[in-house]
Amino acid sequence: MNILELRNLKKYFATQKAVDDISFNVEQGGIFGLLGPNGAGKTTLIRMITGIFYPDSGEILFNGKKFNGLNDSHFIGYMPEERGLYKKMTIGEQALYLARLKGLSKADATTQIKKWFVKFGMETWWNKKVEDLSKGMSQKLQFVTTILHNPSLIILDEPFSGLDPVNANLIKDEIFNLAKNGSTIIFSTHRMEQVEEICNHIILVNKGKKILDGTISNVKQEFKENIYSIGVQALPEHLMTHIFEVVKHNPNQILLKLAAGTQPNDVLSYFINHHLQVNSFNEVLPSLNDIFIRLVENTETARVFQNQN
Amino acid sequence: MNKIGLIVSREYFSRVKKRSFLITTLLVPIIIIGFYAAIVAITLSGSSSEKEKIAIIDNAHLFDGKMPESSSDIHFQEVKNETEQSFTEKYKGQGYSGFIFIPPFNIDSVPHLSLHSGASISISTMMGVENTLNKAIENKRMKALGIDPEKFASISSDIDLGNIIDTKEGSKKGNAGVAYGVSFACGILIYMMMIIYGTQVMRGVTEEKTSRIAEVMVSSVKPFELMMGKILGIGAVGLTQFAIWIILLFGLQLLLPLFSPDLMHQIQTASAGSGDASSMATKVTQGFSSLPLAKIAISFLFYFLGGYLTYASLFAAIGSVVSDDQQEAQQMVFPIMMPIILGFVIMTKAVNDPNSSLAVFGSLFPLTSPIVMMGRITYDVPLWQWITSIGLLILCFIFLVWLTGRIYRTGILMYGKKPSWKEMIKWAFR
Repeated sequence: MNILELRNLKKYFATQKAVDDISFNVEQGGIFGLLGPNGAGKTTLIRMITGIFYPDSGEILFNGKKFNGLNDSHFIGYMPEERGLYKKMTIGEQALYLARLKGLSKADATTQIKKWFVKFGMETWWNKKVEDLSKGMSQKLQFVTTILHNPSLIILDEPFSGLDPVNANLIKDEIFNLAKNGSTIIFSTHRMEQVEEICNHIILVNKGKKILDGTISNVKQEFKENIYSIGVQALPEHLMTHIFEVVKHNPNQILLKLAAGTQPNDVLSYFINHHLQVNSFNEVLPSLNDIFIRLVENTETARVFQNQN
Repeated sequence: MNKIGLIVSREYFSRVKKRSFLITTLLVPIIIIGFYAAIVAITLSGSSSEKEKIAIIDNAHLFDGKMPESSSDIHFQEVKNETEQSFTEKYKGQGYSGFIFIPPFNIDSVPHLSLHSGASISISTMMGVENTLNKAIENKRMKALGIDPEKFASISSDIDLGNIIDTKEGSKKGNAGVAYGVSFACGILIYMMMIIYGTQVMRGVTEEKTSRIAEVMVSSVKPFELMMGKILGIGAVGLTQFAIWIILLFGLQLLLPLFSPDLMHQIQTASAGSGDASSMATKVTQGFSSLPLAKIAISFLFYFLGGYLTYASLFAAIGSVVSDDQQEAQQMVFPIMMPIILGFVIMTKAVNDPNSSLAVFGSLFPLTSPIVMMGRITYDVPLWQWITSIGLLILCFIFLVWLTGRIYRTGILMYGKKPSWKEMIKWAFR
C-alpha cells in the first residue's frame, strides 16, 4: 500500500520552476531515497509534502486521502536540512514544546521524551540549553524531536551531516528500527553510499523534474554497462578479440566491457580456451554515485547546448 | 490546550521567567523616579552656576543711580564715565560678562538697545535683562503720567483661577496641570510600549527565521498561528509589566507613610519654600481625583492593545523578511517608526490644544490614534470621535494582521536575498 502518492505536482516560483510535474508513490514501511543535486527542487517537494507550501497544481494523497497539512501534521515528522531549535530554551522544554505542538498531551510527551533520551544517552541533558550543545549533540536532539510523536511518515533531510560515525550509526540503526516498526521514511541526501546502504527505493530529481524512479537493484540493472571483472592468475600479454574490450588492467584483475550480444559464458570459454587460469568472475554494477553523476551531468550539458542555440 | 495557546504560553513564560524581565520591570520605574527626583532636586537647590555680571552705562538716568536688585542669575552694576566705544574694550578685563549702553532718550520713544557680550548670552539672561529694562521704563512712564508705582503695585492683581468639573456624579475641583500631565504621561507610555514590544516581536520573528526553527514550526502549525502566538504572548508580557507597576505604585503609596511618617512631612515642608507647597499637594490630589480614572484606565488598555497589535503585526512582517543583519532591519523598520513618531509629535500638540483639527485627525487616524487619543484623554472628547477612532483602529488592526500574515507566511521561509517592498506587496495581495 502506498502511504503517499504525488500526482503531477507543480510549484513555480517567480524565477524558476522549482517542481515541474513530478509524480511518484511511496510505499508504506519502506525507506525511500529522494535524491538530486543542489537546487533540484527537493526542499520545495518536501515542503509540499509537509504542508508548508501548497502546490500550484497536482495533488498529494496521504493514506489514500487528500493530504491536509494541518490535520495530518501529527502523522508526519520532519527534520529539515537546516536544523532549527530555540537557542535559549532548555532541551527538555524544547522537546516537550515541539511534541505538544504535534498534539501529544503533556504526560505522554514527557514519557516519550524520557524514553528516547535514555535510548540516546541524553538523560542528563534535560536542563541544559540548546546553545550549550555541540553541533552533533543538537543534531541528535533534533532527530529525537522529529520522531517523538511516533509519526507514520518521517522525512529526514541530510540526517547524518555533522555526526561522528558512532552517532551516525546510532541514528542509522534507529532509522532501520522505525522502518521495521511500520514507519515510512523519506530520506533526502547527496551521499550516495548512504543511500545504497539504507534505501529500498529511490527517485532522482533534477531541475524540477523526476529523472529516475525505481528500486536500487532495478536502477543498477538499468544503468549497467556490461562490465565484468575477471580475476586471473597471470595477466595475458594480448587479448585480441571482438567479444569484449579491456576497460582497465589491475594486478591480477581485468575489467572487461562485453560487446553487444556477448554472453558472460562466452568470455569464460574464451579464457578457458586460451588456457588462462580464472580465479573469479563477476558482474560490476555501476554505483549510484556514478549513475547520479552521469544523469546530472548529462542534463547540465544538454541545458548549456540549448542555451547556445 | 490548542496550538496557539501553547505558542502564547511559551512566548510568555520564556520572557517572564527571565531574570532580565524582573530587573527591567523593577528598575525602569526606579530609574524614571530617580531621574525626576534629580530634576526636582536640582531645581529646588537653586542654580549654583555663577551669576552673570552685567554692567549698565545709564546715560538716560533710567535707574536714577539705584541699580535693580540682582536676580538669581544676573547681577547688575552701574558704570559711570564711559562711552559705548571706550567700554567695549575694557568690560571683559573688569570681570563683566556683558554691558548695556543706554543713551539719553525721550521716554516715549525708546531707542534700540543692545547687550554687548563676549560670547552668546543665554536666553534666560536676555529675558532677565529685558524684563529689568522694561520695568524701569514702565516706572518712568508711570511717573511721567503722575502714577505712583507703589500704588500701582498695590492694585495689581494675581488671582488663582480654580477649575470645577461638573459631571453627573457631582462637581469636583480639577487641575489643568494634572490633567495635562496625565494625558502626556499616558501618550508617552503608549508610545514607548509600542516601540519596545514591537521591536521585541520583530527580534523574536527574526530569531525564529535565522535559527531555522520556523521551518520545523510551520510543519506543525499555521504560519498565522505562529505569528499571532508570538504577538499575543509578548503583548501579555507587556500587560503583566503594567500590572506589576500599578501594584507597585499603589503599594508604595500605602507603604511610604507607614515606614517614615515624617518623611512625607519633610517633603512637604522642604519643598515649601514659599509656603504654598502643601496647597500645591492638595491641588494635585484634587486634580487626580477629578480625573475620570476608570475611563482613562479602560481607554489606556484598549489603545495599548489596539496600537500594540497593529504595530506588532507590522514589526512581525518586517522581522520575517530581514536576516540577521541589524542594519538591514533598521532600514526596513524606518517606515514603520515614522507614523509612531508622527503620532508622538501630534500628541505633544494635542495635549495643549485637544480640539484642534490636527489633534482630531491624529486621534482618528488608526496609525497615530493610540498615542494621540491618550493625549486628549483627560479632555472632553465627543462621542462620535471615540466611536470612529475605536472602530477605525479595530478595522486597521484586522486589515494589517491579514496583510502582514501573508507577508510573514512567505518571508519566514525565504533565505538569502532581502525582498524588495514591491515583492512584499506582491506576496500580500497574491
